[in-house]
Amino acid sequence: MSFMQKPKVSHSKLLRNDLGLTQRDYEGSMSTLCAGCGHDSITAAVIQAFWELSIEPYKVAKMSGIGCSSKTPAYFLSPAHGINAVHGRMPSIATGANAADRNLYYVGISGDGDSLSIGLGQFIHVLRRNLNMLYIIENNGVYGLTKGQFSASADVGSKAKKGEVNQQPPIDPVIAALTLGGSFVARSFSGDKEQLVPLIKAGLMHNGFAMLDVLSPCVTFNDHEDSTKSYAHTRQFYHPAVHADFVLSKKPIRAAYDDGEAMPVELHDGSTVVLRKVSKDYNPTNRAQAYSYLHEHQKRGEIVTGLLYIDEEQREMHDISNTVSAALRDLPYAELCPGNSALEEIQKLYC
Amino acid sequence: MPLTRPRSRRHSGAVPDPMQSRTNDFVIKIANVNGTGSASANGLLMKAIFRMGIPVVGKNFFPSNIQGLPTWFEIRVSREGYLARSGRVDIMVAMNAQTYTQDLADVSPGGYLLYDSTWPRDKQLVRDDITVVGIPLAQLVNTHFDNVRARILMKNVCYVGALAALLHIDMAVIKQLIKETFGDKEKLIAGNLKAIELGYNYAKEHCECPLPIRVEPMHATQDHIMVDGNTMAGLGCVYAGATVGAWYPITPSTSLMDAFKDFCERYRVDKTTGKHRYCIVQAEDELSAIGMVLGAAWNGARAFTPTSGPGISLMNEFIGFAYYAEIPAVLFDVQRVGPSTGMPTRTQQGDLLFCAYASHGDTRHVLLFPADPAECFQMAVTAFDLAERLQTPVFVMSDLDIGMNDWMVPKLKWDPGYVPDRGKVYSREQLESMQVFRRYIDSDGDGICYRTYPGVSAKGAYFTRGSGHNRYGGYTEDAAEYQDVLDRLRRKYDTAKLLVPEPVIRRKKGVKIAIVSLGSCDGAVHEALDVLAREGTEVNYLRVRAFPFNRQVEEFLDNHEHIFVVEQNRDAQLKSLLLLETSVEKHKLISILHYGGMPIDARCIVSGINNALAKGAAA
Repeated sequence: MSFMQKPKVSHSKLLRNDLGLTQRDYEGSMSTLCAGCGHDSITAAVIQAFWELSIEPYKVAKMSGIGCSSKTPAYFLSPAHGINAVHGRMPSIATGANAADRNLYYVGISGDGDSLSIGLGQFIHVLRRNLNMLYIIENNGVYGLTKGQFSASADVGSKAKKGEVNQQPPIDPVIAALTLGGSFVARSFSGDKEQLVPLIKAGLMHNGFAMLDVLSPCVTFNDHEDSTKSYAHTRQFYHPAVHADFVLSKKPIRAAYDDGEAMPVELHDGSTVVLRKVSKDYNPTNRAQAYSYLHEHQKRGEIVTGLLYIDEEQREMHDISNTVSAALRDLPYAELCPGNSALEEIQKLYC
Repeated sequence: MPLTRPRSRRHSGAVPDPMQSRTNDFVIKIANVNGTGSASANGLLMKAIFRMGIPVVGKNFFPSNIQGLPTWFEIRVSREGYLARSGRVDIMVAMNAQTYTQDLADVSPGGYLLYDSTWPRDKQLVRDDITVVGIPLAQLVNTHFDNVRARILMKNVCYVGALAALLHIDMAVIKQLIKETFGDKEKLIAGNLKAIELGYNYAKEHCECPLPIRVEPMHATQDHIMVDGNTMAGLGCVYAGATVGAWYPITPSTSLMDAFKDFCERYRVDKTTGKHRYCIVQAEDELSAIGMVLGAAWNGARAFTPTSGPGISLMNEFIGFAYYAEIPAVLFDVQRVGPSTGMPTRTQQGDLLFCAYASHGDTRHVLLFPADPAECFQMAVTAFDLAERLQTPVFVMSDLDIGMNDWMVPKLKWDPGYVPDRGKVYSREQLESMQVFRRYIDSDGDGICYRTYPGVSAKGAYFTRGSGHNRYGGYTEDAAEYQDVLDRLRRKYDTAKLLVPEPVIRRKKGVKIAIVSLGSCDGAVHEALDVLAREGTEVNYLRVRAFPFNRQVEEFLDNHEHIFVVEQNRDAQLKSLLLLETSVEKHKLISILHYGGMPIDARCIVSGINNALAKGAAA
């Protein structure tokens, strides 16, 4: 049950981050998901990423919609406020929360049903808004809580547990994000923590909407033979195109991009993500190239992963609406109310 | 007691002199084609009368269309200061050939019809009980203006000039208004003044000016403004300290956010940095708009969304979430005619029941009912205070008539001592000194719990959810734990009764017949009460200003034997709410319903009451 708290056990030998906190301080309550669920691995990666970045847990707002994935914010960062919205509508809650206070870290956890079916509209519009948040889609191609229906990310020909074969083309959040102007587009796999943790960190530090699609097999309803979202299938067709090393440093990184191997991208706060390209012909700052590369590899059934596209220059929602740097919710009332003389002035228009 | 006409003394006031009665008491109706710029000309006409100190009200009946369909503007000049429609048409300005037959038929006997005599009228269409005035508007304008667009626009300004002569409107006032409107745009000022003059001079030369129907200066408007409710509601949001507005454009609510934006650009931009102390998000739909409001309010900002019925329909799931998770929100429902798309540019009070219990499961909400633009301003502020105090959605139930028409209301005053009621929120200091924070504990016994903002203290963290939760905020499927929270929410609703605005009551001792009404019916009800009193029937009146109903409403119902419930919908929604939520006996309530989409007038109420009295007397 999600209200079951984990016992706080403190070992003196546990590693501590710059804030003096251990990873335990970043945990939440006990997971109620099935044993072996990919989502729990992602939860662990989230915990590790926040801990390594030394982010004060209470400076984070966790948000989600409805579904197995959306339960997970209860399983990490218990000192942070969390909000479990209605199905598919987390992006609007995140937009409002961010509008009220632009200075917190926002992490949204969604699923393929939550983001690509019922919430597709909100997903693509929050992306267009370039809201400053990390948005993780825990993608397993199936509805778990209602026992195994296909979701909109199920591949053509993929078989359900009961034998039904999916006939409809999938919606790929990475392709969608690339074509709709996403400023940070990444894909990973719950079983590849080495790739996943730096992507989460880079996404958190990105100034804008960081879309991270994470393949996360459903062990109960979609991990069988003939499923394209199983552990085995994902491992077999896994194609890391770009490896991202996240460096929390204000120092300039000298890396030779010319040789086509490593490419440093400075993030808004001064930290850097170094992209090591597995394929020579891949350029993660060129939207069109990223798109055609993905298409080509998808045709072969390969699952292209990594930080596939990044544009750190794109303006996020507050930059576009020109909001003050302080949190709007903290502005003193005196700065908000024009007062009586202004009211008299205004009413002259209507006399 | 049977319903019979009370045998009270006849009104002793003198019968008004018929000539006197037509001065400063008549209705001008202008029939036009939308998209021809007639709105500004009509506004000019109305404002000029207002500036002469004469009470006036304007109603715009426009199509859901951009160009080419019929549109009417009705100006009621009322020395008594009545704000509703009168139901008469004393002067028809027939500018639209499409609707000419109907417009001619609508003129009250003894009235006038003004038309563009550039073209001949249909000889078949005559009435011998009205006076027809022909002004060759197109001809006059075309000789002085070359530009096609100017010719269309100036024809409207030209009839204002003719009416000025016919009605004895002060030309100096009109000229001054034109100068104020166009500021330093000399060319526009000159053009408008010319068009006014053309109409004025022609009427002076060719007609008997002024008509028996005319204006005379008064001093009844100096402490008043002419303004629409959406503008005032938007301004109210600025004064309430709202910082986040989310919306999806929908008639008739759109101008509310436009107003908020305009006032923010004027008063909420940092002078040195140019940065905004507000954030407006135009959402992809209403589902998202309300989600943004809830996200912002959850995070401690005052946030709102303006919408209309169809928008509320879409917002329902989130409204239930806000009720159950206890998140403040302010929603402006500028009601239009339903069901479904209905008639987007016509008015109704059709969302009362729907908003009172919006969303699935056991929910009940706080509704406020402004009666005019001034109350839109005040209730906008009240709505934020109530929403944050009660941690729940609050609906401001305006309508198209209030929201989009210009009303004459007393000037607003702002209390500099006002402090927003941000409700029960623990500060960082309070949290740090606490052993443990629990979100849904009713420590004060009023059903309202303490909340915390994200990012303030690790001790304040909790999980907000729409799923079953216990008093500690934890997930639950336990019957007792679930019911514990649900019952407290019901108690919180009882607390709301003590906090919402009280009704406005107009009563005389010993009178047992009464009207209960709400919102934009108010002007028509007051006028009807005066008419009935003159006829010898005294009727008391209570205007409900909020739901849940407070004690005063209950007492008023108790103290009257026959209660007419006047409202603008088919299904007697206010009456239904009274039956559901008070202990009033059903047989005491008699509905007077008006729901065709045009604002209610006094005649409908007077005849409704008289018919019921006659029937009662016959029984």
